[in-house]
Amino acid sequence: MTDAASGLGWWGVPLAVLAGAIRVSTPFLLVSLGECITEKSGRINLGLEGVLIMGAMSGYGASLASGSPWLGVLAAGAVGALLGLLHGILCSLRRVNDIAIGIAIMLFGTGLAFFLGKPLVQPQAPMLTSLPLGFWSDMPQVQSALQINPLFLIGVALAVVLHFAFRYTRWGLQLRIVGDSEMAAKALGYQVIPVRIFATIVGGFLAGVGGAFLSLYYPGSWNEGLSSGQGIIAVALVIFARWEPMRCLWASLLFGGAGALGPALQAAGFSGGYYLFNAAPYVLTLVILIATCAPNQKLSGAPGELSLVR
Amino acid sequence: MSNRILQKSEPFLLLVFAMLAAMLLFAMFVAVLGQSPLAVYQLLYEGGFGSAFAWQNTLLRASPLILTGLAVAIPAQAGMVMIGGEGVLALGALLGAIAGLMLDGLPPLMVQSGILLAGMFAGACWSGISGWLRNYRGVNETISSLLLSYIGIALLNHFVEGPLKDPASLNKPSTRPLADSYMIGNLPGMDVHYGLLIGVVCALVAWLLLKYTTVGFSLRIVGGNPRAAMMAGLRVNRWIVLAAAAGGAAAGLAGAIEVAAVQGAASASVISGYGYAGILVAFLARQNPLAVIPVAILIGGINAAGGMLQRRLEMPDASVLVLQGIVFVLVLGSDTLRGRLFSKMEVPAGNVAMPVLTEGAK
Repeated sequence: MTDAASGLGWWGVPLAVLAGAIRVSTPFLLVSLGECITEKSGRINLGLEGVLIMGAMSGYGASLASGSPWLGVLAAGAVGALLGLLHGILCSLRRVNDIAIGIAIMLFGTGLAFFLGKPLVQPQAPMLTSLPLGFWSDMPQVQSALQINPLFLIGVALAVVLHFAFRYTRWGLQLRIVGDSEMAAKALGYQVIPVRIFATIVGGFLAGVGGAFLSLYYPGSWNEGLSSGQGIIAVALVIFARWEPMRCLWASLLFGGAGALGPALQAAGFSGGYYLFNAAPYVLTLVILIATCAPNQKLSGAPGELSLVR
Repeated sequence: MSNRILQKSEPFLLLVFAMLAAMLLFAMFVAVLGQSPLAVYQLLYEGGFGSAFAWQNTLLRASPLILTGLAVAIPAQAGMVMIGGEGVLALGALLGAIAGLMLDGLPPLMVQSGILLAGMFAGACWSGISGWLRNYRGVNETISSLLLSYIGIALLNHFVEGPLKDPASLNKPSTRPLADSYMIGNLPGMDVHYGLLIGVVCALVAWLLLKYTTVGFSLRIVGGNPRAAMMAGLRVNRWIVLAAAAGGAAAGLAGAIEVAAVQGAASASVISGYGYAGILVAFLARQNPLAVIPVAILIGGINAAGGMLQRRLEMPDASVLVLQGIVFVLVLGSDTLRGRLFSKMEVPAGNVAMPVLTEGAK
């Protein structure tokens, strides 16, 4: 990305933002699709921030130990699924609040990842490789901009699959009815709690994979400052996307673009306000939340059982 | 009779059980990693509470934790879960440092009050935004407070490394330092600054206000049932914004105190996890401002002992974060036993399923 921007001068900025949008959006996309599944079942997992960091750490560690970054991705997903299982079981207990448990999982995951990840800061793990989709172009800038990671493509495919699955498949409808009305689901004879636990596990798995993308591709290292709020932005993004997988995809790209703005401007030689540009995704999230939420009325498309939007 | 005493003490007993269970789990975690749990707990005690020096260290950390704990506990009275203390503290530190530089030349007491007021003002405004957004735009306050927290941290970093950077601070960018005469001193006979006293007084005032005045009563109604509060003629919107702002003022004050009593300047060092630990403090204290004080001392002690674990046993400094995370998860999980610890036998089996249904339906 740095080369792309410096070669074309200021024109490199939009190109770098586009390339960066795809790169930066991938964790947003995976985490938000996972959270979308969880929230469709009527639960919210605010702990995905902690799950993301645990995924980044364990993915990096597993890639280092096994030599295969894809095994790292799987390990990250498995760890994320375990944390999702923990969240799912705890929230199924009576009188336990899912938002509070989410905050606890966020702090627990972050602490555990920093603890177990201490020895992983120095060594270099094998990274994920990207697909050179810019082969048709002569311009090296375009080629480097179109280095696309398979995980992004998996995320896009997943968004499409979920879009149809929520509408037309048996389990998609079951998930939605559990999330929309617990009473109705029970009346129809569906087991509410197993569905919710399963949805939280899947959400945790995807968030873990999103974390592995951070540590194994971009930025591509493990350190304690790796994730700063991507998990929580993804949760907000699901609200913005009104619980629609395809809109999660567009929203992720938008946020990715905002996140890529800072580094792209810096690469073009515009270094003032580095921190302010890096805060762009948070400001954008807040502005979008303000624009899409409305007082005293339920958001359209919100699962009825969700405690987040009352 | 004894049954009633048992039921009264149930919340406290549950907390103790949950913490003991968490300590047991952490002991197993430590044992799996090849360390002796006994040695770890002995060091935690020594490093936190074992000597006068350890106590001073503990109280130094407890003083911002009391305030960041209040930053969660006060809005919680009105039914809000706000978790942005870290960034509010950062902004309080930034505005406090700016006030200190602007008031340079005035008598020390005025400068110090100016710094603290500026910090409180900054915090109140920043958190007030979350409260306002929740009311007037329906934006979830948990998410907006965390987003604002990240923005606050970015603002601190921007000003400290940019427009307000002291050219003399090379490898650790910070604002120009306060003159020594403006620094807040230590409590008489201790190596602990006056910030601790300020924190304790704030917690006491908050507790008294919430327990014995109509302020607290109104807040609890607003938090418990906004519609009923509106029926009773309470201005729900105003109360919610006020509670959010009061919590923010506490966290901003913590940041200003860090600048005026510890660091001497605003820099990235004020962002050291006090805001996040404050969430844990408030939840362990069951959002009770009075209970925030002992819990903050406990967590401050565990944090203070973290360095000892690192030096003596070569365990990562995040060990205490793991312990705190386990405690947090188990204490919240123990909520499920609330009201059932001693009265399990009395509930007829047929009625058990009902609350589940009604809870889901609300």
